[in-house]
Amino acid sequence: MLIELATRDGSDLREQSPLAIRGMTVSYGQKPAVFSVDMTVVPGSMTAIIGPNGAGKSTLLKAALGILKPLAGSTTVYGRPVTEQRNRIAYVPQRASVDWDFPTRAIDVVLMGLYPQLGLLGRVRPAHRAKAEDCLARVGMEDFADRQIGQLSGGQQQRVFLARALAQDADLYLLDEPFAGVDAATEKAIIAVLQSLRDSGKTVVAVHHDLSTVTDYFDHVFLINTRRVAEGTVAEVFNPETLQIAYGGRLAGAQMEALAQG
Amino acid sequence: MIWDALLLQLGYNATLVTLGAMLLGMAAGVGGTFLFLRKRALVSDAISHATLPGIGIAFIVMVAFGGEGRNLIGLLAGAAASAGIGLVAVSWLSTRTRLAEDAAIGSVLSVFFGFGIVLLTVIQTLSAGQKAGLEGFLLGSTAGMLRSDAVVIAVSAALTLALVLILRRPLTLASFDPEYATSTGQNVTRTDLAMMGLVLAVTVVGLKIVGLILIVALLIIPPVTARFWTERTDHVVLIAGLLGGVSAYVGAAISAALPDIPTGPIIVLVGFAIFALSLLLAPRRGIVSSLLQYYRYQKRVHLRQGLLALAQGQPIYERLTLRLLRAEGWALPDGVATKTGRSMAAKAMRDETRWQILRSDPNFETASTQYDGLTPIESVLTPDQIRDLDKRMDLHAVVTP
Repeated sequence: MLIELATRDGSDLREQSPLAIRGMTVSYGQKPAVFSVDMTVVPGSMTAIIGPNGAGKSTLLKAALGILKPLAGSTTVYGRPVTEQRNRIAYVPQRASVDWDFPTRAIDVVLMGLYPQLGLLGRVRPAHRAKAEDCLARVGMEDFADRQIGQLSGGQQQRVFLARALAQDADLYLLDEPFAGVDAATEKAIIAVLQSLRDSGKTVVAVHHDLSTVTDYFDHVFLINTRRVAEGTVAEVFNPETLQIAYGGRLAGAQMEALAQG
Repeated sequence: MIWDALLLQLGYNATLVTLGAMLLGMAAGVGGTFLFLRKRALVSDAISHATLPGIGIAFIVMVAFGGEGRNLIGLLAGAAASAGIGLVAVSWLSTRTRLAEDAAIGSVLSVFFGFGIVLLTVIQTLSAGQKAGLEGFLLGSTAGMLRSDAVVIAVSAALTLALVLILRRPLTLASFDPEYATSTGQNVTRTDLAMMGLVLAVTVVGLKIVGLILIVALLIIPPVTARFWTERTDHVVLIAGLLGGVSAYVGAAISAALPDIPTGPIIVLVGFAIFALSLLLAPRRGIVSSLLQYYRYQKRVHLRQGLLALAQGQPIYERLTLRLLRAEGWALPDGVATKTGRSMAAKAMRDETRWQILRSDPNFETASTQYDGLTPIESVLTPDQIRDLDKRMDLHAVVTP
């Protein structure tokens, strides 16, 4: 009876959740990178996925999106399979995942966010271009629209990626290490955009590696080290005990106290 | 004679062949662009070499059924089938075994080509069939091409070209950012398959004109050349199509005028000539332009360092720096600053101090990312902002005498 109740409760949550992952296991060879992980993202939240290096943070995100093929597990987005909800998801990959010498300009990258809407043959009309320019402006990159992307700094490249996601007009934004290797100005610009997305009712999930900014930037935390360690609001779960479990000996006690107190 | 050929004055058949070659070159340039951008250019070499056994087997089969073995569609169907098997072999070897793609390409290419050569040798010993045209598939030949052959080539090249243009968006996305493409619901595996299918089509259609050994050049040289001239994918596609069309047109025309010369090598040489010119002369990415940029930049760095050294009264040992300073009239041969040199040095020093203050101020975070030791501060800040900085500079000077 109790079990049944819990299940029903869980499935209700799952119906509403922008991203609900169940029993996800991903393995490279014989060693699981992510093992039987459940995750239920709260609507309208800004969630940080944190954990040590190699804990499976990016892997979890990629498997949820179908970029990696999981051994087991399922993902629903707003209660329906992820494959039916592609137009509600915007993904921002790690910056290192592409060749920046590719012949394309910042504006072209943002226009890629409109491809699903344009289809195979739809012409890029002035309205589409205006939309792309607007997205660039939202991340403070309007002056760089015609630059080849390789001529941009790391932070600027990350902002262009974010602008492409904005062009998709999604409800759920998934970002893989958006602050890795970017300058302080970019970090501020990105977090401002993400917070404004959350404030307009969108949901943001980001793989994050800088523990010192978790309390400032995010309201929810998902702690992972191959398995799920903890999940909840920052106040509930971002504390020395859970960090100790997730990071083991990698963090000194004093460091964790300082972090958890913000 | 060559001139007549270039102006399509050699009669109906030669004209048809030349135009067919041009369409094929365009399809190859456009299709090859995505192969190049996806960094899988060499797969096409495996595909083209893998066509040979198919040609041999198709010939034998057609002869066995009492034909002459010259039917182009039959030969191309055989070529397509064995190229398809070669393609599957490459992708199976590189995804399912520990063999890397380059090793897989090498093994498939050599084995299929070897097998094809054996078949051709066997065919030479047969008494039946019209085997004279078969060597034409190695290096390409337009001599004695039938009108129907030319039509087959022209129509399939046009179809392939149209298909590549229709698929340009998924192809671009899969080449630039396959993970993102997947996240939007695009099936990247299927896109790759489509791309390979198109390349296979270009290869098979181009066999008769360019020949299987050199078709890879028609797929790769145009996009690589086009890349020198533009930073936009759509422009690379267009320019590559244009260059592929021009090379193939000229190659086919010359070969129609001089029937002893195989078509493939001429096409490749024309393409290479355009490539060599682009490599040298293209703006920004060309060799000449890169060298000029490098020397210009080096000069700016040396002048700046020299001025800062003058301002601080340090001796200048670097001969290039001294020579550049003298050329500007900022220093005398013994390394002492001239009057202009002194004022330039003072300005450089002041700019440097301004930058230092600016970079330590979090309010100027965005501006300070533009610091590279060379950019004049006036190009980053307004005069008002500079005045503010200067006020603080005086304070600074008082605090740290």
